[in-house]
Amino acid sequence: MTRSRTVRVAAGQGFWGDELEAPVRQVEGGPIDYLVLDYLAEVTMSILRKQRSKDPAAGYALDFVSLMERIFPACVSRGIGVVSNAGGVNPEGCAEALVEAGRRAGAAGKATVALVTGDDLMDRLEPLIGDGHELRHMESGRPLADVLDRVQSANVYLGAAPIVDALAGGASVVLTGRAVDAALTYAPLVHELGWSFDDYDRLAAGVVAGHLNECGAQSTGGNCSAEWWTIHGLADVGFPIVEAEADGTFVVTKHPGTGGVVNRATVTEQLVYEIGDPSAYMGPDVVADFTTVEIDDLGDDRVRVRGATGRPPPERLKVSVAYSAGWKSAGTLTYTWPDAAAKARAASRVLLERLDRLGLSFAETHVELVGWDSTHGSLAGAPPADIPEVQLRVAVRADERAPVERFTREIAPLVLTGPPSVTGYATGRPRVDEIVAFWPALIDREAVEPHVKVEMLHV
Amino acid sequence: MTRLQLVHLAHARSGDKGDTANIGVIAYEPGHYDLLRRLLTAERVKAHLAELVRGKVERFELPRVWALNFLLHGALGGGGTLSLRTDSQGKVLSTALLRMELDVPDDVANAVRGRGRVPAGWSPSIR
Repeated sequence: MTRSRTVRVAAGQGFWGDELEAPVRQVEGGPIDYLVLDYLAEVTMSILRKQRSKDPAAGYALDFVSLMERIFPACVSRGIGVVSNAGGVNPEGCAEALVEAGRRAGAAGKATVALVTGDDLMDRLEPLIGDGHELRHMESGRPLADVLDRVQSANVYLGAAPIVDALAGGASVVLTGRAVDAALTYAPLVHELGWSFDDYDRLAAGVVAGHLNECGAQSTGGNCSAEWWTIHGLADVGFPIVEAEADGTFVVTKHPGTGGVVNRATVTEQLVYEIGDPSAYMGPDVVADFTTVEIDDLGDDRVRVRGATGRPPPERLKVSVAYSAGWKSAGTLTYTWPDAAAKARAASRVLLERLDRLGLSFAETHVELVGWDSTHGSLAGAPPADIPEVQLRVAVRADERAPVERFTREIAPLVLTGPPSVTGYATGRPRVDEIVAFWPALIDREAVEPHVKVEMLHV
Repeated sequence: MTRLQLVHLAHARSGDKGDTANIGVIAYEPGHYDLLRRLLTAERVKAHLAELVRGKVERFELPRVWALNFLLHGALGGGGTLSLRTDSQGKVLSTALLRMELDVPDDVANAVRGRGRVPAGWSPSIR
């Protein structure tokens, strides 16, 4: 059934660590039908896995629960549905905390939380590999068995179907682990507008809508390089709201009175953000073609997007595996005029020679002058002789922790034993970080879909 | 012909996908899209970013939104988390491309003079 109405899906978070007041502004600032909250960047799952290994009750986005406690009453009274991937690697624990938060917020008997599980493959990896699912690296072709003992998390990107099932079952909050970011936005559109899972053009429109929502204010003036100095009010920037029609046409807008701007430039920059071949944007529900999309700036912070087309999705689903891949650290020192860059480069030579004399072995070392060439490399040219200051940044990476640890003790000594006029060492030794690398792989749907479950919990 | 930097003709955003970065380049004016398509070939972009991008550069076209998308393989020192660079996720690679110099017709150069850069005398308190 296709309904003739507009569905408003508001983005509240672009990543875990995004502006905390944004989802509150989305709920309070005007009418919306759904609030979607994306917390999971690629690296987030492995961080959550580490947290859970220390505390079995942890492993999800805690910010989500405290946020929901604040907005539960408003969402319930206005009928705003919430869809979030805050569950991380412990969606069960998150759902339990969410139900308790709902009760504390006075929503008992008024709300239902749907818990979507089945994305987490961590405990199934050995049997899956035993059954012939090699989970080969999509670029190198190596089988996952090569690094199995170092795997920290393994999750398949679920599509919209379980979220749609949850909404059809009356859920007021849908909580997932790993689902494709865009599905948080297009699942409510599929549900509300009666779209079918074989209507690929509409699903593609939903994917584009989700892509424009999933990085929050990057669609509404944040991080926009098009005459950024003309974009005002970023202190209370309005996050994007997608107003979708049954035919797949939608308008990107934001609440009146909020900061930032929605125009052709802000929307187009987000459309092309982190995409590969724009004619084949891959997902579990559809392969979307962004090259047929048309963008019309309607003025007054309203941009119409239409024309996306879609094809059937690939046979297999994407899996993101995170595995431990060594250690790294970066140390910095600031050198000043005269001849700041020359001093910094000389200091880096002294440091690297010392590391060499210590017999330390690194997979890679890297020297940058922050304030001169750290982002544009040799395109920056030679630094001017009178550059007032530069920050020397030296970074190292190794398979073992020990050489990286020793490296961190070799930065401060340069102050008394290296070239002159150096400062900026007061923050102490740099931190040693474990490197969590990603292993993109594909898996047969049949190995995943029977394990996907939707469980309804009453607040 | 006049030599000018891409920043005056286009805006851009970049990000990461594994060890591959992408840069979306968008013409400010629809009339300049074809010019950019001619001048910003994958080969020239690869040559401009040679030191930062180890692998090949692929180009895709989005003519309806006046944009080109460049995929830069091997651009992130092994991938976002392995990279030792400050810009480990390629978030500002877009600006390295925007400094690229292009030879454009004089009338185009005259029309876009000053565009894309903060006006002289601007400060954050000016609205």
